[in-house]
Amino acid sequence: MTTSRSQARLGRSILLHLFLTPLALVWLFPLWMMVVFSTMPDNGIFSPGIELLPHDGFIDNFNNLQRDTNFVGAIGISVSVAVTYTILSVLLTSMAGWALARYEFHGKGAVVAIIFGTITLPYAVVLIPQFIMVARDFALANTWIALIVPPLFNSLGVLFMRQAFSMMPAELFDAARVEGVKEWRIFLFVALPLARPMLAALAIILFLASWNNYLWPLLINSQPGAMTAPVALGTLIGLTKVSWGGIMAGAVMLTVPMLIVFVLLQRHFIAGIAAGAVK
Amino acid sequence: MRTQNATAYRFLTPYLLIFAIFWIWPIISSFIISFQATRTVPWRFAPAFNWGRLIGDPAFYNALKNTLLILVIQVPVMIALAIVMAVLLNSPLLKARGLYRFAFFAPVVVGEVAYSAVFRLMFSLDFGIVNKLLNSVGIPKIDWFSNVTPAMALIMIAVTWRWAGYNAIIILAGLQSIPEDVYEAATLDRVSKLKQFFHITLPLLKPVIVFCAVLSIIGTMQLFTEPFLITERGGPGGGTETLGLLLYRQGFRSLNFGYASAVAYTMAGLAIAITLVQLWLMREPK
Repeated sequence: MTTSRSQARLGRSILLHLFLTPLALVWLFPLWMMVVFSTMPDNGIFSPGIELLPHDGFIDNFNNLQRDTNFVGAIGISVSVAVTYTILSVLLTSMAGWALARYEFHGKGAVVAIIFGTITLPYAVVLIPQFIMVARDFALANTWIALIVPPLFNSLGVLFMRQAFSMMPAELFDAARVEGVKEWRIFLFVALPLARPMLAALAIILFLASWNNYLWPLLINSQPGAMTAPVALGTLIGLTKVSWGGIMAGAVMLTVPMLIVFVLLQRHFIAGIAAGAVK
Repeated sequence: MRTQNATAYRFLTPYLLIFAIFWIWPIISSFIISFQATRTVPWRFAPAFNWGRLIGDPAFYNALKNTLLILVIQVPVMIALAIVMAVLLNSPLLKARGLYRFAFFAPVVVGEVAYSAVFRLMFSLDFGIVNKLLNSVGIPKIDWFSNVTPAMALIMIAVTWRWAGYNAIIILAGLQSIPEDVYEAATLDRVSKLKQFFHITLPLLKPVIVFCAVLSIIGTMQLFTEPFLITERGGPGGGTETLGLLLYRQGFRSLNFGYASAVAYTMAGLAIAITLVQLWLMREPK
């Protein structure tokens, strides 16, 4: 009885792995090929043979990429923008989330209703007015402000932090209030430290969103010296005289750091994404 | 709690300002712009100008058809795949769980431009690794970029690769929130695992699955980067042109903001309809 059951378990386990392993390999394949391509010269990428292992041409490819576009400069812009955006967005949305979770005030219901009521509207709806406003009315195209400030409207963090703060017991804050501690100090020195895991999850998701953002930076910062790294790389795709090994080197430089962050901070990553579902 | 207007708004105002300027006002503004003729200076109010053109524009129907076709095929396939991934990743029998999780979740961090570039190379006609591998098992090579059907399939494959793991993460979180004891009675009654899945797991996961479906539909409806970069501006000959691409071309190539706003609001209308269907699907049975 017991042996037949454990045999059945073993059978099921083998079946599971027989199914899941090929699927996992197929899923890893594009990432693996990205790395392989980034190390191959163009006449290797466009040759009839099947090459599945990395070569040693990454540096050459990187030099070709840098010749085609100032990728290092673009990476610099991307890093600065993503860091600034993440800090500002975490700060703004956690302040708003704190207010919605912890105070009673006039208009609270309306604010919550408007945020929830518009959250499923496609971003495409605001694209054109945003562009007109930033490029024409404020004349801020090709600036850092244009990359950082408009995307701060994202309300994910507000809902996420509102949830996080409302789950904390009120006594924590009331004790400080009795002692006469000011509200902003309670927020900064009691509430925020308690919310550290949530803040980490939120920060990772926001950083990733900014790092990979393509459409808005493509539209608003189209001058060569003002482009983010994905936009700079995108301009090369489809050109006839371009180093594809170089494009792949750029793709690796955009992707591998995020994969490392993902492996190191997987728990926060998954918490951040899953939190999208807990509204 | 007593009312604390001043304190609350001190915390709320910085965000609300940004939210109003860059989200609420543009929502209203693009609705207004869609009723204006925007290629004359100054813009003038002309209610039927853009919407009338939209109704008679073959390019719009082509983009709408392609977008809906991708929606109807790609989203169900991806959600089904995501459920399979989540359920199998959740199995206590799985060894080396971390490796499998990495394989399926890694695409979540990959940017659209980076993966579009890789997919272009992998699927290229003569030297793409996919055609080489197909060839080596005796399948003739497929021209993924010059024929509409393979080009559409390529877009769907790419989007599915990028987003299946994302949905699997959400569904896995949903699975792990189902308490163990739900299954205990079924196991005692020797109900098969497969039956348990269809009669216990799936019904309990329904809200999460509906949520993923809505998120995916709204995302796919705005599909832009993949047909922009992989199939090169919606090629071949508009065969993979989507509403997102039409909006881009009208708004930012032809600088026809009024018409592009009408396209944008069509997408919004579809999104609202889908959200309402979601609310209806999620309603509590009376």
